[in-house]
Amino acid sequence: MAMPVFGVGDDPGTDFPRLLARIGAVPGPLPAGPIQGVPHATTCVALRYSDGVVMAGDRRATSGHLISHRSMEKVVQADRFSGVAIAGAAGPAVEMIRLFQVQLEYYEKVQGTALSLEGKANQLSAMVRANLPAAMQGLGVVPIFAGFDNRRGVGRLWDYDMLGGRYEEREFVATGSGSLHAGTVVKVGFRPGLDRSAAIELAARALWEAAEADSATGGPDMIRGIYPILATITADGWSTVGDAELAERYRDIIASAGEGIER
Amino acid sequence: MSMPFYVAPEQAMKDRADFARKGIARGRALVALRWRDGVVIVAENPSQSLRKVSEIYDRIAFAGVGKYNEFDQLRVAGIRAAELTGYQYSRDDVDARSLANDYAQLLGNAFTHGMKPMEVEILVAEVGLEPGVGDQIFHIMYDGTVVDHADTCVLGGDSEAIAARLAEGFTDGADLASAVKFGAKAIAGADRVVGPNDLEVAVLERGNGRRCFRRLDADEVTGIFEK
Repeated sequence: MAMPVFGVGDDPGTDFPRLLARIGAVPGPLPAGPIQGVPHATTCVALRYSDGVVMAGDRRATSGHLISHRSMEKVVQADRFSGVAIAGAAGPAVEMIRLFQVQLEYYEKVQGTALSLEGKANQLSAMVRANLPAAMQGLGVVPIFAGFDNRRGVGRLWDYDMLGGRYEEREFVATGSGSLHAGTVVKVGFRPGLDRSAAIELAARALWEAAEADSATGGPDMIRGIYPILATITADGWSTVGDAELAERYRDIIASAGEGIER
Repeated sequence: MSMPFYVAPEQAMKDRADFARKGIARGRALVALRWRDGVVIVAENPSQSLRKVSEIYDRIAFAGVGKYNEFDQLRVAGIRAAELTGYQYSRDDVDARSLANDYAQLLGNAFTHGMKPMEVEILVAEVGLEPGVGDQIFHIMYDGTVVDHADTCVLGGDSEAIAARLAEGFTDGADLASAVKFGAKAIAGADRVVGPNDLEVAVLERGNGRRCFRRLDADEVTGIFEK
């Protein structure tokens, strides 16, 4: 590939999607009419705690009533201090995350400094908005964006609507088909200044309850050793919660769920 | 109507080369050398904000001397080429050799066809996955000539003298502190001292995660010289 060089005033600057458009590397338009039968990703939550934010998402993707993937990763690191969680059409969502990751790093390298956390949230908003034509055909993507704001020293959360509307939340957010159940669990259990362990416990339980009530949300898969993805973002950056810790927490949740059931 | 004077192609090329060389020699030098965990780039640069060394991709760094706006334009072009390849194919498909070739095409084209040649020399360095394998340093000249260096490389300044000092004292597998000090000493020579305040230092470091590039901040560089 020849090296792209642009004239002054004609330069796509720090905008990677615009660079792609300039070299003609954009997919063609979708055919008209609703598009069905493609995998959809579901439930994710994020909440603030004393050191930053916790993000969590189940691993299931469904096509209609069928399970299409058991180990999908819907909670993804965006850069050192932020992450995205997605619900909606899996294909466009994964592509959006990939473009978002590239854009953040591209900006940082070209500009010499990283975007502010709010700048990143705005950037994602533009990408969700760009997906609107596909959303109108049933391929909507509704992400959560969370990260640690180094300038303010706090964790921050945003949720989005399909039009690219961007809403900062103070305590927690939930998205996807199981968001009603997961969000309710977090809402009831949330206290300002939760510690890491309590925040992870709450997020894990929220996904458990969503999986109990929503067929499109996957629970912990003990047989295959596939657990929801949970991650924390603090002043030290992104850190994924290990499978061993999750296995232990879910064993406890399952044990407590079994109590009081007469056999 | 006046006729333009005939200029022999040899003379035209020589004039262009002299022009470019003069611009480059005015600037201060930078050196790149292999160390135990990768490649370190040490530049004499009193500015704390205008950078000569920067990150291109996961395992690739860029450095330039000469006219700032010109090598900065090349830096951004390199980031774009690398990110586009990585996005359209895979991050594994981005390598320093093809970047060096692309740079050579740009510089060579400007040298023969442009209004004026670019007054820059640049280097593209890549750190390999395993120690001793795949560490590469490419030096690209103002006319598009590419030279592949095994251990050390000098750009700008009194490059011949510095290259001789580097070749003489280079040791394989040096730790970071001694590599930085050795690089600074090679730039300075016998009758001059280049202190930490005049240096810009960055490394490509194996085992630093996906992004191997790391800039050493002022405190870290000062710390190296105090030891």
